[in-house]
Amino acid sequence: MGIKWDEILITGDPIILGSQIAILLTTLGIIGGLTYLKKWTWLWREWITTVDHKRIGIMYIVAAVLMFFRGGMDGLMMKAQTSRPEMSFLDAQHYNEVFTAHGVIMILFMAMPFLIGLMNVVIPLQIGARDVAFPQLNALSFWLFFSGAMLFNIAFVVGGAPDAGWTSYFPLAGKEFSPGIGNNYYAISLQIAGLGTLMTGINFIVTILKMRTKGMTLMRMPMFTWTTLITSVIIVAAFPIFTVALALMTFDRLYGTHFFTVAAGGSDMLWANLFWLWGHPEVYIVILPAFGMFSEIISTFSRKQLYGYKSMVVSIVAIAVLSMLVWVHHFYTMGSGALVNSFFSITTMMIAVPTGVKMFNWLFTMRKGRIKMTTAMLWSLAFVPNFVIGGVTGVMLAMGAADYQYHNTLFLVAHFHYVLIPGVVFAVFAGLYYWWPKMFGFMLNEKLGKWHFWLFVIGFNVTFMPMFFLGLNGAVRRAYTFSAESGFAPLFLLSAIGSVILAAGFAVFCYNIYWSIRYADRNISSDPWDARTLEWATASPVQHYNFAKLPEVKSLDAFWYMKKDNEGLTLKDEEIEEIHMPSNSGLPFLMCVAFGIVGFFLIFEWHLLAAISAVLIIAGLIYRSFDYNDGYHIHKDEIKKTEGAWRKMEGKVNNHVS
Amino acid sequence: MKLKMLSLSLVTAVSLIFLSGCEMVVFQPQGPVARSIMELINWSLMWMLLVVVVVFGLFGYIVWKYREKPENMGYEPPEEHGSTVLEIVWTAIPILIVIALTIPTVTTLYDLEDVPAGYEEKEPIVIHVTSADWKWIFSYPEEGIETINYVNIPEDTPVLFKLTSAGTMQSFWVPALGGQKYSMNKMETELYLVADNPGSYMGRNTNFNGRGYAQMEFEVLAQTDEEYNAWVKEVKETAPELTEEKYMELLKPTHLGRLTYSNTHLAWINHAEHDSELVTDPEDYRYHGYQGKIFDQEEEKDTTDVENNEEDHGGDHSGH
Amino acid sequence: MSANVNTSLPLEYQTEQSRMNILGFWIFLGAEIVLFATLFSVYGVLYKNYAGGPTHQDIFMIKEVMIQTVLLLTSSFTMGVAIWEMRRNNKKGLIGWFILTLLLGAGFLFMEINEFIHYVHEGATMQTSAFLSSLFVLLGTHGAHVTFGIFWATMVIIQIAKRGLTPVTARKTFIIGLYWHFLDVVWIFIFTFVYLKGMVL
Repeated sequence: MGIKWDEILITGDPIILGSQIAILLTTLGIIGGLTYLKKWTWLWREWITTVDHKRIGIMYIVAAVLMFFRGGMDGLMMKAQTSRPEMSFLDAQHYNEVFTAHGVIMILFMAMPFLIGLMNVVIPLQIGARDVAFPQLNALSFWLFFSGAMLFNIAFVVGGAPDAGWTSYFPLAGKEFSPGIGNNYYAISLQIAGLGTLMTGINFIVTILKMRTKGMTLMRMPMFTWTTLITSVIIVAAFPIFTVALALMTFDRLYGTHFFTVAAGGSDMLWANLFWLWGHPEVYIVILPAFGMFSEIISTFSRKQLYGYKSMVVSIVAIAVLSMLVWVHHFYTMGSGALVNSFFSITTMMIAVPTGVKMFNWLFTMRKGRIKMTTAMLWSLAFVPNFVIGGVTGVMLAMGAADYQYHNTLFLVAHFHYVLIPGVVFAVFAGLYYWWPKMFGFMLNEKLGKWHFWLFVIGFNVTFMPMFFLGLNGAVRRAYTFSAESGFAPLFLLSAIGSVILAAGFAVFCYNIYWSIRYADRNISSDPWDARTLEWATASPVQHYNFAKLPEVKSLDAFWYMKKDNEGLTLKDEEIEEIHMPSNSGLPFLMCVAFGIVGFFLIFEWHLLAAISAVLIIAGLIYRSFDYNDGYHIHKDEIKKTEGAWRKMEGKVNNHVS
Repeated sequence: MKLKMLSLSLVTAVSLIFLSGCEMVVFQPQGPVARSIMELINWSLMWMLLVVVVVFGLFGYIVWKYREKPENMGYEPPEEHGSTVLEIVWTAIPILIVIALTIPTVTTLYDLEDVPAGYEEKEPIVIHVTSADWKWIFSYPEEGIETINYVNIPEDTPVLFKLTSAGTMQSFWVPALGGQKYSMNKMETELYLVADNPGSYMGRNTNFNGRGYAQMEFEVLAQTDEEYNAWVKEVKETAPELTEEKYMELLKPTHLGRLTYSNTHLAWINHAEHDSELVTDPEDYRYHGYQGKIFDQEEEKDTTDVENNEEDHGGDHSGH
Repeated sequence: MSANVNTSLPLEYQTEQSRMNILGFWIFLGAEIVLFATLFSVYGVLYKNYAGGPTHQDIFMIKEVMIQTVLLLTSSFTMGVAIWEMRRNNKKGLIGWFILTLLLGAGFLFMEINEFIHYVHEGATMQTSAFLSSLFVLLGTHGAHVTFGIFWATMVIIQIAKRGLTPVTARKTFIIGLYWHFLDVVWIFIFTFVYLKGMVL
């Protein structure tokens, strides 16, 4: 096998050395802390082995916030490096690794898990179910994501980080031009995480189709549930393409095949096509749930039903269909000819139509409403103008001929940050402030939340607005430096300053979490926002069985009308029945470890070790096949006690929403 | 209200794009190709500005008017499900805008495939562009000269750039003269550009291709016909000859300054041809980190025993 | 999760959880269709890129491929019979036909491995050309699915033998049935678009 021990750890770069030491110390610190506080059993029982959708959701969100930090640090490093012309903070190779990590982490290990986390917490509650359809599979999804994310994150200290961009275009990403193993990390760790995502997609489709409570027809589903359903359909339709693309990349890099190589008849354009056949739907996989969250929040804080519910549903379906038909707009410049480019220009611009419909529906939801400026609502409000800028520049980029001048410039970079940050990041922040009390039983501080909001939104605009101008002036993406003669310096500096404000906003957010955990009032209502959907009909934090009695739905915004008509809010003792719940399982976590080990060996091209450790995965599958544990029942007394405790509280709680 | 201020400042910012546009290279076209694209961009900017103004205005008005105030705490919003008429309106208007943008987009797309209008009479000059890591190689097959990292062209003459790459994928862009196009190994893409006036224009690669990407720039020097012809003549007479050996050396992943030769590499290899050989060597791309196995094309064709091959390449490529 | 049992339905559909598992598996098969469709389109793009290596006509062995096809198609039929026996609540019949199905599947695999060995001896390896890369990976992915199916089905047979026909074992058997038929359909496409097209054109 010939293991080259001296090459395994990356050496010779002070920043990386610092990170290695920091990682080592943090790991030791965590292990030491857990041992000192005797929290290992707690961690194993309550979290690692859990199959409860709410806890899995929380784990997703925690991981996503950590990844946000990592991806954000990468972003700041890039901004520092380009703050002045000819800076030498990072060298070219390091910069390449940093922007690759930034892209991959932000899209796949931050945006997706953040959204999937919120989906996990909220969706079963919104449809009045006690869990997802396949709770253990759900845990496996999380742990596979976690395994992939951790593998990807160690790349820069062990073995070398991927350096071909998040798009990993061939031939650059192939062995012919990147013989180091860095890009193996990309192929393998995204594959593992992607498997988890695919399972999530299947899980949520079945959950939403099969587990809706009595009376909740499809057209009575909350908008977040609708968007989650459509997102899951896109996941199932698009992720297998990525699975194949990554598998072929793995074959090319590890076994010398010729799918995307220059030599022996491979086609680099095939990679670009496959990547974007997945990659463009992927953009909508992250944007649609965000649209759903904005719909919920705008409706709640305007105290009005969502305007044009039906056209909202039609538009998300239309966006989903169109998302599959636009991938070529990522490479108009490949020379496919005017006909192909015209076709894809038109399909791409057509996406603006359903998106515009949604935009106006949101505006008209607020019209005649009573808009309460909570932090969650502020994020949703800021989304509208910022996303419109992302949207109109998107239409400009969609025009094939014009794209010849924007392609690969900072204009494009500014555009997709204007879509993804207001569209996804604002949404997950809004969702987090909104659903936080449901998850933990206390609220995030609203005052700090507003600081977080203003710093972040202003910082965001200062960072990315200059990039539009830079791009139109000829500045390209992914360049680690620029010359003083280019005249780019002032705007680059402005952008770097913006990123510091942005980071300050994120720091306030972290402080807010810390402050709220320590000091926030625990005595709050289980429905602090006077909300409209079923998740608010439960305790805060939610009882682990969700609903003592499954609610019955008679209309859209079911909980709103339950409160209005005072129906189904109380629980009589005789209505309580035993509840069947799935048992915890350590298997998903062990599979995460097994996949991590196999993945690591494959990345280092130690095929024999990988084959041997693959036995672990097979053993896990066999164990699962013979596992007949079908859960346990919660006794009536326990339910009575739990329900009594939170239902009595109502009326004696403090209100923190003003 | 802070929100309104925010939206106002955004409107200002967007109009800034429009106003300060006059100084940016995309808005200062130096040739008919770039000009036609700029006209398209301006057309789209006008419509997009309209969208921004309408949506921002509506947004500001609604948020301001219906915000919660101490006086309206008792106000309970009406139940409202939507309005078919309004929804049809805001579906139809975007469709009309999209149509308004589609027509010029499609015509421009077709126009850009050909010699720019008004220049059909002049015989285009053909220049083969070969991108390599990390330099641009320009071959003038008719003139029989080759330049590296700069290209001279006569003004007011259509130039047909035939793009290909010796390895990784690049994108050829001279923003002052026109849009970009990819250059790919074993492929040939074509791009017409014309420079209206003599002048020096920045050109560069926009498609990331590794460590040397940021500096992968070239200069386009548009000259009068006399200057151009004199330059060609001078190069033919004074520039050194490019040998195959020297050429292979050039293709290694390096930065070179400007170089000039009195013959072209097309004599022995055209990377655009489907059966051209890949002449780069993966060994030249070794950098830090753990090194993986390299698959040597030639050896594998001769051998059927893959396992043996693997052993040969195993452990001996360590180091940077 | 709840034991919402409806005995008027076939055994494998009786509990709510089983119904969800079966729906979930159908959706999974949808993902598999996308996966194979992608592999087919990759093959479609690369199938003429011989790069100086062997072509379709040089390596394909139509007789062996016909036998493979017959084996796999028959196994789909025997799988159908096995499910029919399950519906009749005939445990022995189910196991018998199930094992026969797997034997046919194993026969198919044996032939396919031999075919690969033959190709390699002809000098046609995965590394030779883009055409062969895409051929090996397309066939190999299908073959890997069959292999996985055989192992998985063996587990289920053990469970049926141990536990008899319960809603759970019946559901597991039914799901494998779906999987097996799906692999058969994929093979029909491979046979048509890879072998027949390769031999004729």
